[in-house]
Formats: sequence, C-alpha cells, structure tokens
Amino acid sequence: MELNLQELSKTQYPIPADLQNNVAITSLSKIYNWGRRNSMWPMLFGLACCAIEMIATASSRFDFSRFGMEVMRATPRQSDLMIVSGTVTKKMVVPIVRLYNQMPEPKYVLAMGACASGGGPFKEGYNVVSGIDKYLPVDVYVPGCPPTPQALLFGLIALQKKIDGQSIADYDDVPWYGVGLSDPAPVPILGPDIIDPRQMDMIRRQAEKAASDGGVLNAARSLPSAAVAVLDAPAKAAKPAPAAAAPAASEADDKRAAALARKAARAAKSEGAAASTTPAAVPAASLPSGGKPWEESEAIREQRKQAALARKAARANKTEG
Amino acid sequence: MVDMTVPNSPATSIEDAIADLKAKFPDAVSDDKREGYSGVIVSKDKLLEVARYIHDTLGFDYLSSATAVDYLGEGNHSNDHLEMVYHAYRTTGGKALVFKAQTDREKAELPSLVSVWKGADFQEREAWDLFGIRFQGHPNLKRILMWEGFHGFPMRKDWHEAYYEQDHKPFDSRWPSGHVYRAEERNIFGKNVKYPADIDLSKLTDISESSMYEGFGMGVEYTQVRDGEGMATDQLIVNMGPHHPSTHGVFRMIMRLDGETVTHLEPVMGYLHRNHEKIGERNTFLQNIPFTDRLDYISSMGNNHGYVLAVEQLLALAPKYTPPTYRTEVLRVLMVELTRIVNHLWAIGFWLNDLGAFFTPVLYFIQERERILDFFEAVAGSRMMCNYMRFGGVFADLPERIRTVANLMNDRVRDFNTMQFLTEMINERIPRTIDELDEYLTNSDIVRVRSEGVGYLSREDAINYSAAGPLLRGSGVAYDIRRAEPYSIYDELDFDVAVQYEGDMYARYLVRLQEMRESVRILKQILPRLEYTAGESVASPFAYSGKVPIGEAYGRVENGKGELGYYVVSAGDKKAAANPWRYHVRAPSFINLTPLGVMAKGGKVADLVAILGSIDIVLGETDR
Repeated sequence: MELNLQELSKTQYPIPADLQNNVAITSLSKIYNWGRRNSMWPMLFGLACCAIEMIATASSRFDFSRFGMEVMRATPRQSDLMIVSGTVTKKMVVPIVRLYNQMPEPKYVLAMGACASGGGPFKEGYNVVSGIDKYLPVDVYVPGCPPTPQALLFGLIALQKKIDGQSIADYDDVPWYGVGLSDPAPVPILGPDIIDPRQMDMIRRQAEKAASDGGVLNAARSLPSAAVAVLDAPAKAAKPAPAAAAPAASEADDKRAAALARKAARAAKSEGAAASTTPAAVPAASLPSGGKPWEESEAIREQRKQAALARKAARANKTEG
Repeated sequence: MVDMTVPNSPATSIEDAIADLKAKFPDAVSDDKREGYSGVIVSKDKLLEVARYIHDTLGFDYLSSATAVDYLGEGNHSNDHLEMVYHAYRTTGGKALVFKAQTDREKAELPSLVSVWKGADFQEREAWDLFGIRFQGHPNLKRILMWEGFHGFPMRKDWHEAYYEQDHKPFDSRWPSGHVYRAEERNIFGKNVKYPADIDLSKLTDISESSMYEGFGMGVEYTQVRDGEGMATDQLIVNMGPHHPSTHGVFRMIMRLDGETVTHLEPVMGYLHRNHEKIGERNTFLQNIPFTDRLDYISSMGNNHGYVLAVEQLLALAPKYTPPTYRTEVLRVLMVELTRIVNHLWAIGFWLNDLGAFFTPVLYFIQERERILDFFEAVAGSRMMCNYMRFGGVFADLPERIRTVANLMNDRVRDFNTMQFLTEMINERIPRTIDELDEYLTNSDIVRVRSEGVGYLSREDAINYSAAGPLLRGSGVAYDIRRAEPYSIYDELDFDVAVQYEGDMYARYLVRLQEMRESVRILKQILPRLEYTAGESVASPFAYSGKVPIGEAYGRVENGKGELGYYVVSAGDKKAAANPWRYHVRAPSFINLTPLGVMAKGGKVADLVAILGSIDIVLGETDR
C-alpha cells in the first residue's frame, strides 16, 4: 500500500511551498503503523480445514501479498501475526500458547473460522477448546466454516485498520510499548482434563467444597428459571462469587488516568488472589528442581506483577508531577 | 504402467469361508443372529487362533477396519458388553468377512491381533484410548488420540463430556420448546472442562509429554554404538511437530537418529482430535453429512459418498426402499472423480513442497483446483464443505449457469453455461494441467533422484499394514475398491487400476498421476450420461428421513487417499433409530500412518518429510 504523501503532510506545521512533496511532517505513530501494517508476517501454521483456505488466500488467485503478508514464517520468532486457522483442541492449545509466547511483540492473533472463534460445530467435543480466546487475546474474529478467502482478506484488512488506530504513546491500549517484559500467556496443563493455571485456585476451592458437603465438582451454574424449567438440570451449586464489581469509572475525561486506575485495580485484585493461593511465593531461581512448571510460572508472574506495579506507580507520579 | 487385469473374484465365497470357519472351530465361532447384523462372533479365548486361520488359510490378508462398539443398556442385544468388530478382505477382491469378539465392560480385555495383521496396531490403540479395551500382547499400548493421563474412556456410552446435555439431538433445550444458553455459561469453570471428583491438585502431574518418549530414553542415548571403523557414536532423540511446516498440519513425529539416519520413529497424533465420532453419535443420521465434509477436508464429496452408501445399506432393509436414480449416481461419480483430481493435485503439489520446490508448483495446481471449486460452489453452495449428497439422492441438480464470484475483485462476474464449463474443463483444462505436470516432473532429474528407492514399502508389508490407496497400489497391489467391490456405477465404467511395483515415493507419484488420467477417462464417460439423464429426478423420499432401520453396515469407497469406510450401527429399541448407535470412520490417513515407521527406518531424516508427503495425509481425517 502506498504512503500517501498528501495525506501525511496535512499537519499543523506549515511546510514551505518549495519543499512540499520533498518534506513530509507526520506523527511517529502514523509512519510507524504504516510500516507495521504493511509488513504483517503471519506464522506458517495451519490447524485444520481453515488452513486450506488460508493457503488458497496466499496463492495466486487471492494473493494476500498485495497487503504485505506474503512472507509466512515457519518460526514464531519472526512472525507478527498468528492466524489460528482451525479447531483448537485441548492437546494442541498447549503448543499454541507456547508458540504465542515465543512471538516477539507487537503481536496479533486472528481467529479464523467458527472453531477458532468459539468451538464451531465441534464445540461440544470432549477434546475441543471453545475458542482460542479462552487462552489468548484475539484481535480479529473471522466468521465462516471455513471463511472464504475473501472473508479472510477482509479480516486481515480489519486488522490493518486496528493497527492504524493504535498509538505508540498509549501504554494501556498497546501494552508492548511499555517498559520491560509483558506477562507471558499461562501455559495450560494436561492433567485429568485441561487445566488453566489461572483457575487452579478455583478448581481447588470447588474440589474442597465437593469433598466437604458431598456436592458435585463440576456443578452446573444456575440459569434463569425459564431455562431451568426446560433443562431440568439435576444438581446446581451456587454460582461462584461474581468478579468484584469494576471500580467506578473516574469522571475525569483524561482517558489515560482512568485507564491507569483500572489497571491498578486489576493488578491489586490479582495480587490479592495470588497472595491467598501461594502464601510464600518462591523466587524462580530458588525453586527446587522438582518444582512444577505452573508454580514456577506463578512465581515469575508475581515478580513481574510487582515490577510492573512499581513502574506504573512511578509513571503515574511523573504524570501528576 | 497399468495393470490391465481386474482382480479375480475369490475362489471361495464368504458363505463358504464362514462355513469352513465354523467347521474348524465349532465351539468358538457362531453366527451373529442379531437383526440386521452379519458375520460371526468369535469367543475371545480363541480370537487369536481364529484370526490366524482367517489370515493364513482362508486368505483374508487385508484387515480393513477394527473398531469397538459399546453396547450399554439399550438396543437389540441381551447384555451390556463391549464388542470389537473386524472387517477383513482378500486383496484379490470380494466382500468382507466380518468377525466380532465380545468382552465384559468392567474388565475389558481382548487378545491383540497385531501379530496377525500389523494394520491393527493403531486401531487397537484407538480402541484402548477411547473405549478402554486392554489388548493383551499389544507391543505399544498407550493412548493415541487423547493424552496420557486423561481421565476416562470418552467413547463409552456412560461417559459424558463437559458440555453434555442429552444423549441425542435435537436437544430439548433448543428451539421451539426451549431457549439456547451458551454452554460456557452452564459450566462452572466457563470452559469445556470436567474434572474427576477425586482430583488432587497437590499431586497433579503432567505426563502427557514424558509418556510419548517412553521406550526412547530421554535426550541423548548414552549407550554408544560402535560401527565398523571403531568410531563411537551417540543416538539422538529428535522431536518434530506438532507445529512444523512440513507435517501437513498438526502431526508430530518422535524419532531416534544415528547421525542422519532414522533408527526408530513413532508418529504422535491427536492434535486435531475433535471427537467426530462422539459428536456423530449424538447427531441424527442426517446431521452427520456436513461433519463428514470436515474429515478429509480436501475431498469432501468423497467423504459424503462413503457415508451415504453406508446409511443406504441400512435404509435398504426398510420394506419400501427405492434405490438412487441413475442421474444421482452419475452426479455422484462426477463429483467424486473431480474430487480425486483435486486431491491428487494437492498431494503432488505438497509433496513437491516437501522435496524442496517450495510453493511454486503448488501455485499452479491450486489455480486448477480453484476452477473445480468454482464448480462445486455453484452446485453445492460452498467451495470446500460441499455437504452435497443425501441418502438416496443428492442435494440439487446441476444449475443452468455458473457464476464465479471469486473474480469480483476485478469488478467482473464471469458467467458460464454449466455443461460448457464442464466439457471444457474435462476435455481441455484438466488434461492440459496433467500433461504439464507430467512433462515437468516425471523425468525431472531432481524428482527422480530424491524419490526413487526412498521410502520403500514392500508388497507384503503394504498389505499387512493395511495401507490403502496410492500407498498400496504403489507397492504393486492392484487393489482399488471401485474394481474390487464395485459400488455406484463403477462396474459399467471403463477405466484401469493404476499400479506400480517399485514401492517407493516415485511409484506413488506415478500412481497418482495415472489415477488422475483415469479419472479424466471416467469423467469423459460421465459427460454423455449427464446429457441423456438430464431432467431425471435427483431427489429421494429418504433424503431427509429421520429414521433408519436397525442393523449394522460398513460402507466403503475408494477416496483419493485410500479406502474410506464408515461403520454405522443403528440400534434403536424399536424398529428404527434416528441417531446412530455407533458411527465409526475407517480413515485412510490414520491407518496409512501405521507403516510410516517402517518406511522411515534406515532412511535419512531429510527424506522423512517427503515420505510423509508421499503418504498424503490430512489431519482432519487422521485424528477425526
């Protein structure tokens, strides 16, 4: 895609007439995003039927190299975009999360097709993950089973528009422009069934509850009475405590301050939760060799969280000052 | 190039074989007397002995399918049990000898038949994984589709998945009597998970990875091998996949290498195991047709065909059954042969990718494929997932005109007369592409040097490992179901079975090339048939019928990748059932992987991806 010089030059800074078309003044974000959006390298990585349509999109008739995406890299270390093209199974989500963690930032995820978006026709299957967004942040969802190449192109263009709207300065919107490392996505564990490390505490609580009052571990949540009448579901345990109400939105029109407040609240909440589950968070280095991978990752996450909180506080102070 | 002989009809019929079997083992073998069932039931103590007799003496050298059925609580049977169903064929052609062995559900154990047919290896592992039948004497009995450590045996009838609502669809909670809620909202963890009640997180271990390396030794093998020169070498364990660009999807191989030579290889699969069969048993018979599209997603028309053939066998038990019209059969063959061409173009193209001709040849083949997909889209409404065939009929007749919308990007919709489009495609375009492919590849030095003598599979191994399709015919076995056990209208069509005797990658390539030419030959015979059956109905009173008579059926077709079979059991408590009791897919991509270890052994690791490419697998079908 061409960089429109006329468009770029429309700034508040006057450019002398004889320098026009030779000098362009624009914002850093704009030129940076222009570069990124037009060299979005997808990972060469197919899961299921959708991968075939992805290949068709890459081939001559549809040809997504017109949008700067022809360089599909087989290694996550060189790719910017993960096209999750097909059904994500419990067995496969572990490598997928690992691959995502290996991708350098800025990175994007496109859920291609019904399965990757929400489980699709195979949703009820015992080995199927109901959408990759249960484990990874998704930027664009493309519907279809499979989406036609045109639909995938549309999704890719939607992603480009999303990139256009991002700003290097907005740390909250685009976390990777902050300082330091971002949190890796927690890698699920294949136990008796797949276990999301973020839910360890919840599973433990449910198991304890089931053991103490003879309840059911996999209790169904309560549904509206209209639904209950129809479903006639057997045992319904109480709904778990709903997530703490979102902190009241600050009335300040400064978007950034509000976002920071939200983030701090989130961090504080998760800190509390983490503290209650792992009373003595062990530093990663001092983990015994028999340490379990998820414990290790929790400890690392804890450290990261503290560091991030400190950074954020410092940044907030600076803004106020 | 081509073996002109049609496989002879077997010397003794199935009835003779069964009579022989009963005379030889009067105590162990009895007829399966259940309504709508066929074959014999073998007592499990004598199973191995009987199987050996069937293989060695009766000459049923090819084990097509081995699968389990869980008879629990319902259906036309007396007691709860697990049953293993085997379909054995002769490679000279003819019908199946069906034999079954039953075992207790609590302590499910059967003798393994791997020592008789090596093709039973993965299929028995699958039955262990999903049904929990322990096979005594199996060399490597571990889970194959699910991970080691998973709780329960999911295909058993009393095992319910996390999002379980009811045994059969349509669910009561849906329209019109109910209101749909997202399954996540009903699960307390908000995910598709279900943990056993006695889960102990403090003792939780993830053995899914480590168990795969059992028998390999972890990391570097320290036992040093001394070769003739007296040089000490180590063997190395290398993992490849599931994310690897040349595994054709999410396939994984673990191998032990001595230098660059593969000394041992084990395929690992299940990364696309999306529970096709469990969902299929919840579905109604009709609802399964679109799911079959998603098995081998390159050739969805062929998948439809096998399934409707299996269900039509059951429907034929009904008193007022009318077989499909002639035009229906003509349309089915038309679609299936076009699919075969698509499949082989794709297979050869990606095999060349694996040989190092990265993506350039594929582009030419995909271009031709797009043309065929345009036709499918015009006829069935979807490019890939055609969902075209129905029981006793097809979804719709050919449209008058074809509009290819894919060219909209040039602000142009191209409009063709359907018959003209087909005639041009079959008489000119496809033969031209095949000739082009032949000219550039068949005598190319690089292709020949890389592929001749590599990935060798002997004739005996190919049969014993239940290899199918081009893999079998590339090893000198002229076994093509269209000839060996003709279905549809193949018995009146003139074509040859492509066969090569070298058993290497190049032979498989030549078989595929020849098969495309034979497909064109068939299609040329289909064109006049299309003309003179024009106007005939393609609908059927059974096309959307809810109920299927009770009984069992095994429908199989020669798909692009090999023998695709569907084992369907309809076991309602009355005279008919709306949902299959058992729905099993005999997937060629899955069973063709059984000999991968043999083909790779002794070869170089660099050839491995090409050997895998020459088998031509699609993971949707491998893992189901």
